[in-house]
Amino acid sequence: MPEKLKFSIDGREGLADQGMTIYEAARVIGVYIPVLCHYEGLKPVGSCRICSILVNGRWLASCTQPLSEGMVIENNTPQVIEYRRAIIEMLLAEGNHFCPACEKSGNCELQALAYRYGIMVPRFPYQFPQRQIEAYPGFLLDHNRCVQCQRCVRAIQTEDGQKIFAMKNRSKDVRVNVDRKLAAKLSPDQIQKAMDICPVGAILKKEVGFLRPIGQRKYDRQPIGSEIEGKK
Amino acid sequence: MSSKPVIATASLAGCFGCHMSFLDIDERLLELIELVEFDKSPIDDLKKFTRPVDIGLIEGGCCNAENVEVLRSFRKNCRILISLGECAVMGGLPAMRNTISLKDCLEEAYLNSPTVAPEDRVIPNDEDLPLLLDRVYPCHEVVKIDYFLPGCPPSADLIWEALTALVQNRPMKLDYQLIKYD
Repeated sequence: MPEKLKFSIDGREGLADQGMTIYEAARVIGVYIPVLCHYEGLKPVGSCRICSILVNGRWLASCTQPLSEGMVIENNTPQVIEYRRAIIEMLLAEGNHFCPACEKSGNCELQALAYRYGIMVPRFPYQFPQRQIEAYPGFLLDHNRCVQCQRCVRAIQTEDGQKIFAMKNRSKDVRVNVDRKLAAKLSPDQIQKAMDICPVGAILKKEVGFLRPIGQRKYDRQPIGSEIEGKK
Repeated sequence: MSSKPVIATASLAGCFGCHMSFLDIDERLLELIELVEFDKSPIDDLKKFTRPVDIGLIEGGCCNAENVEVLRSFRKNCRILISLGECAVMGGLPAMRNTISLKDCLEEAYLNSPTVAPEDRVIPNDEDLPLLLDRVYPCHEVVKIDYFLPGCPPSADLIWEALTALVQNRPMKLDYQLIKYD
């Protein structure tokens, strides 16, 4: 086996270390593959499928799939783009995403992906599900906006390594569940980390509100992924 | 009959913010009246359609029977119909009541709210009031919509670009910064 693996994405060739996922290898050559459930430094779970790519006619989640020698990857092709658009539209229709009333608006990864893929309206009917908003010391958990990415489950722990967030139920009823006693022990910094890591506005630190003015928020000027594509 | 394209606008279950944003095209209003004529619209205060319309702009979703009636009359009279703003596109803030039953909404607002005086505790039921729908509907769930311009409100630049592109029969040039959901 060679030390570096050869691969190509949409005709662009590159070399990447063995053991890298397709998502990581793409970043090396400045190709952006969108992710919602994956987050730098966390163990990927491959649950949202937004990072799906085509290899040899097969759909693979690029955040979990290891790169192999000679892979020919389709990323920005009409078929893949259409597939991703459908996922974003399903997420927008499935929850209650009232962007004008959300503190995360402008810094929200789901919204930013919808902007990037030029979505004006989902093709699916809005579900308007009945969901709860839970209040904890220092933060709010709004189930209306949660996309069940499990980033908070994987990233947020107490100092002695106990998990605060967990998933409960199955299928369409799956929800993030919070250990109320442990949640009370979270430091303001940990709460900030939970809010920052949440791709949507489901985890909100209290007393933050609409902090940055419109025009200066994360995705106001540049599409999500520009920072990776800019590197090349 | 004039040869200029005709525009009509309406605000359904909205806040008139999209119309305010429309006026925010500022001095381009002078250019616009050279390009188009207005029919039924709050802008010229015409209450009824007087002729076939080329472009109809709808602000707000449908929360009551009157909204549905107006929206259907727009579909009937307009060649192109546009959902303007989050409320028209997805129901917007009025649709926040969609997760609560209509009965609970009315009881909370008119019977149980601490700010309602005991002698005023009555749910409005005048026959002149349009009947509320069970929930707020995005416009495209009631009639066919041709274009969607999201935003709360859509920026004046977005409205201007969309309108002039349609009037001049060219593709819309929608820059990244023009499309916002808030």
